[in-house]
Amino acid sequence: MRKALLAAVAACSLMTTGAVQAQEKLKIGVMATLSGALTSGGEDGVRGIQIAAKQAGNKIAGREIEIITVATDASPDSALRGARKLVEQDKVQLIIGPLSGSEGIAMRDYSKTVPNLVMINGSSGALETTFVNPSPNFFRFNSDGAQWMAGLGEYVLKDKGYKKISVIAEDYSFPYTQVFGFALGYCKAGGQIVQRQWVPLGTKDFGSVIANIPDDVDAVFLGLGGGDAVNFLNQYSQTGGKAKFIGGSIMADQTVLSSKGAAKRLLVGTPTSSGVADAWDDPRWKAFVKLYQDAFPADKRFASPSLFATNYYNAFNALAIAMGKINGDLSDGGAKLRAELAKVELDAPNGKVRLDGNRQAIATTFITEVAELPNGDLINKVVRTVPDVTQTLGLTPEAFKAVGLPSRTNPECKP
Amino acid sequence: MADFISRRPIWSIVIAIAVALLLALVFAVWSPGMEAVLGRKRVFLSALFNGVTLGALYFLVASGFTLIFGLMRNVNLAHGSLYLFGGYVGYSAGALTGSWLVALLVAFLAAAIVGVLMQVLLFRWMEGEDLRQTLVTIGLSIIFADLLLWSYGGDTFQVTTPDWLSGPVQLPFVVALRSNGEAVMMTYPLVRIAILVGAVATGVLMWLALNRTRVGMLVRAGVDDRDMLAATGVRVQLIFILIFAFGAGLAGVAGVVGGTFQSLQPGEDSKILLSSLVVVIVGGMGSIPGAAMGALIVGLAEQFGSVYMPTYAVMLTFIIMVAVLTVRPQGLAARR
Repeated sequence: MRKALLAAVAACSLMTTGAVQAQEKLKIGVMATLSGALTSGGEDGVRGIQIAAKQAGNKIAGREIEIITVATDASPDSALRGARKLVEQDKVQLIIGPLSGSEGIAMRDYSKTVPNLVMINGSSGALETTFVNPSPNFFRFNSDGAQWMAGLGEYVLKDKGYKKISVIAEDYSFPYTQVFGFALGYCKAGGQIVQRQWVPLGTKDFGSVIANIPDDVDAVFLGLGGGDAVNFLNQYSQTGGKAKFIGGSIMADQTVLSSKGAAKRLLVGTPTSSGVADAWDDPRWKAFVKLYQDAFPADKRFASPSLFATNYYNAFNALAIAMGKINGDLSDGGAKLRAELAKVELDAPNGKVRLDGNRQAIATTFITEVAELPNGDLINKVVRTVPDVTQTLGLTPEAFKAVGLPSRTNPECKP
Repeated sequence: MADFISRRPIWSIVIAIAVALLLALVFAVWSPGMEAVLGRKRVFLSALFNGVTLGALYFLVASGFTLIFGLMRNVNLAHGSLYLFGGYVGYSAGALTGSWLVALLVAFLAAAIVGVLMQVLLFRWMEGEDLRQTLVTIGLSIIFADLLLWSYGGDTFQVTTPDWLSGPVQLPFVVALRSNGEAVMMTYPLVRIAILVGAVATGVLMWLALNRTRVGMLVRAGVDDRDMLAATGVRVQLIFILIFAFGAGLAGVAGVVGGTFQSLQPGEDSKILLSSLVVVIVGGMGSIPGAAMGALIVGLAEQFGSVYMPTYAVMLTFIIMVAVLTVRPQGLAARR
């Protein structure tokens, strides 16, 4: 009995010393989609955090950091579980994440219930996250899905001559937002969307969807991502189809262009737009690409950092800058940190980023086209850049609100 | 057949009319009026074909499941894990050797070995304890899922289609007429047709093995009365192991097949388990023809659902299951 008591006391003392040591480190929670259709994107997001942390010497505001990663699967409830685990079990006050659109909306609502939490978006891009009832402690240093589409509609209509298109996209908030942003420009310029097919995230069998593509369209807009995008392309190449594509922001990016198999070659020549462009010749971007390529062996990374790596990298740096300004002082429940974060202007690898009144980024959009390098790698070459894209896409807030929120049918496509 | 017609004349007529209607839909050139109601013919035909090939995949998984249940009264809820395990192992073997057939073979063997181990090390010691076996299989499926996630990660894998199976083929079905009267033929991925043919061949072979061989006779006897079979001096345990190996191996092969025309990732195990549960409930637990029937119905329901009522497609399968349970709780093809 006495022995057991002694052992218990010893164990308790060990545990408390452990806790004290851990307190000295600054804990940062990272949420990423490490299972499900968007796994490859989540893994690259984590790589973005790793290079940012390495660059910062594993320190923020002079304090050693400890990164705690939780895996989600792009569903809102997995994000909620992950965030609760970080906050309640790991006692984390700073979270970078989540990655996927509907997770972002769930985190906007969750962050309101934990007042001293500071949440910096990983890479999620639904419009509603920062546009409808924004949370005071949720910051997004990346554009949303609609901003990433700015200018693409006009480009494919005028320069590519795609006058009539159909849409195949996943059935959740981020692709809604992408199609919304694309359609605003495309339809206003006179383009026509004749059909929209919404498939569940994680769809395996695209056979019927492919058969349902109308014969008389000039191109098909694909708002798919990760595993779904690869699946679609594989099955499309099996049917021997010859349609032209327009890519959503994560349809023709490195998560797909670096995937195994030959089906991705169908994407060569596909116009797309996003918050990054692989072949941008800006020196800051080139330095970032080199940093990324040097940090990981070639088979453990993509040919070039994806949108996800870049966004997580930027989120970490924004946090580091704001924490530096306040000397890492979180004793006031993060109030000072939130004030500083709102003021941060990032000189990011993918252009300048600042926040608007809803703590939503105003940033650059790149219109690109997929090209094949001599070594067989596929990359996005820049067609044009659209600087300082705001969340209302250049419209007045009233005019933008009048369009309504992204959904399966909104906006209607009336030329 | 003649027996069925004389026993159920009305049902026979209904079935005959349905089959005739289906054939007419498949072979006729659709008038604009029909297209207005049913959508384009190409969409209808491709939903039909996709439904049948998906049914073929479900049959491969569910036939092993139902065989194991029929003989051993063991609801193996780790069957989905065997599917995913076989798929991953087949992927590795295929990537290593570059041969799809080797991948199929390796997946069959690997899953069969795991199945044998499960039977010998676990289920043998809890024979007749249904609840205990079921709980153990649930536990196993969770352990397998985590082990597979640990070794293969959360990424999506696709088994490479061999060159001789990739690309489209033209089928002799007219889907539309061009303005100059020239017929547009249906094109369809060759790999899916191969999968369909493979599944039908497997089904026929299984039926022959069960009905025409000595081992099949023993298995059938075991399904009917295990204790009597054991009492006549047959080594039932050996048959159990054999059936478990075969059922698990089929699940492994199905994993490679599923990984070829769809893809593999964590979570597939429970998805395919759910599908095969629905399949055997609709078809009747323990019956091979039932598994074939159920797989076809579920596959077609999923595909037609996703084309004609995308929002409710997921529900359709379960509505069918509920309907079958209400009208014929023992399943469509079960004898009891």
